[in-house]
Amino acid sequence: MRRNNVRAAAEPLLFIMPCILVLGAFVYYPLVQNLAFSFFRFSAFSPEKVFVGFGNYANLFLDKTVGTALRNNARYAVISVLCQVCFGLVLAAILEDRSFRRVGQLFRTTFFLPVVISISVICLLFGFIYRPMDGLLNGFLELVGLGSLARPWLGSSKTAIFATIAVSQWQSTGYVMMLFIVAIQKIPEELYEAAEIDGASKLRRFFVITLPQVREMFFVTSVITVTGSVMVFNEPYILTQGGGPGTSSITIAVHMYQSGFFKDMMGYASTLAVLIFGISAALAVLQLRSFRTGEE
Amino acid sequence: MRPYSQRRPGRDSLGPAQLPVLALLLVGFAMVAYPLFWIMMSSLKTSDEISLSMWSLPRVPQWRNYANAWKFGISGYFVNSLVVTLTTIAGVIALASLCAYGLSRFRTRWTRSALVFVMGGMMLNPQVCLIPLYGLLTRLGIRNGYLAMIIPYIAFRLPLNTLLIRSFFLAIPKEIEESAIIDGCTSFQAYGRIFMPMSRPILFTSAILIAYYAWNEFLFAIIFIDSNKYRTIPAGLMSFRDALQVDWGPLIAGMAISALPLILFFIAAQKQFIRGMTAGSVKG
Repeated sequence: MRRNNVRAAAEPLLFIMPCILVLGAFVYYPLVQNLAFSFFRFSAFSPEKVFVGFGNYANLFLDKTVGTALRNNARYAVISVLCQVCFGLVLAAILEDRSFRRVGQLFRTTFFLPVVISISVICLLFGFIYRPMDGLLNGFLELVGLGSLARPWLGSSKTAIFATIAVSQWQSTGYVMMLFIVAIQKIPEELYEAAEIDGASKLRRFFVITLPQVREMFFVTSVITVTGSVMVFNEPYILTQGGGPGTSSITIAVHMYQSGFFKDMMGYASTLAVLIFGISAALAVLQLRSFRTGEE
Repeated sequence: MRPYSQRRPGRDSLGPAQLPVLALLLVGFAMVAYPLFWIMMSSLKTSDEISLSMWSLPRVPQWRNYANAWKFGISGYFVNSLVVTLTTIAGVIALASLCAYGLSRFRTRWTRSALVFVMGGMMLNPQVCLIPLYGLLTRLGIRNGYLAMIIPYIAFRLPLNTLLIRSFFLAIPKEIEESAIIDGCTSFQAYGRIFMPMSRPILFTSAILIAYYAWNEFLFAIIFIDSNKYRTIPAGLMSFRDALQVDWGPLIAGMAISALPLILFFIAAQKQFIRGMTAGSVKG
């Protein structure tokens, strides 16, 4: 009898443990270790660690690059919410409109295509598009008589960050659009019929029906997009060789990578990782809370 | 009842009122489609043509760009990506479905804490664990090898996929499992012979999500791998670029080779793909 009890208690563990162990060892343990690391100064190549207390955290405030990086991450977030979330919603509403249903499929598939392409392919592609002399963008501007606008998009510290942000918009707007399309398809058709009988125009139907009905999704996509903006790494790493010219297009994740793996300041890099964790965890809590309200 | 759209034929077609919006859509279409078309077109050009006549079609299609790209290293990266992606899919599906079964079929104090543990994992992103993981993989002696990508990929894909599969398992009626147990099935057999076959749709969705992630992952792939031998396509393309310098034809052909598998897969299984990507709601 007792043996049966033990077996009954152990059985669920057999199913759950492999997953929990992998999560514990390769996600939670590194997370805790990272927090510990942030109080030390150490190099990747020597086992010796020097305890510096909150020294690394104090350096966050002295390091001018942190400010530049955070400002760039904020630019990423604002532009991404405007372009991906707001514009993505408008796009979804248009493609789900009855007048456009027949052509909608083609546009939908095309707008979604960049999402499935690897970011390194996309960054290499935009490397060609942004080339100063023989790039597609400057070539196009000259073709339509706007040659005076042509400039070295990635080579100038004024435009590099915005050129980098544009790449993310090009890739991800279709993804957010698709999330909104799924949300719009769940809205009961009767709501639109009733509004149409009342004589509401398309624009009005968008504001009084579509917008309130996708409120939840609007929140979720905003949080996803802002979280993505906090973690941007690939685009500046590939397009501007790690945030150049100078540090003009650096993001906090690139700064972490360079502090750790180029300057070999592993402890300080861990501190930057804690900063990323703090911001993204706060956003994740917001997101989880929204899921809960969605269930109720 | 017929769908609303079929009852009022006159108001559904594209009229002049829709023309400005349609024009805007076409501009967007061109902005997305032309660069992709440009990749395909330029992959068949010589480097001089790419630089000097960027808008024109290839004079003579340079198929050898593809042969060269394949020979200069893309083939190796391609095989590596395949190995890493397939192993990651198998690992995540196995661990996540086992765990999902345990979480959905047993209700104890332990399983409730385990569920919170798994859900918490959704909040953690790979960058935060980068530096300790680097050290951990080095100490385990598996850095700079397939496992250096596969194990972290599996670990970071587990939370989302466990929750997805669990929600599907929860919807399977308890009676099916109970009658199987009465017939003498162990719970492991119930998992393998009843739950897994019944859950093919969600497992397929998960597999797509995992494939998308593993095929495109960049951060771990460049930091944990030093040797060209183990590079996957996204990281390999970077060394490919540095090696080829201005020999653009093969580079762009390499880009096309890297992008095509997922594009074809997407077009072939569009419905499942979109369901998977939207169920995940996880970008990047």
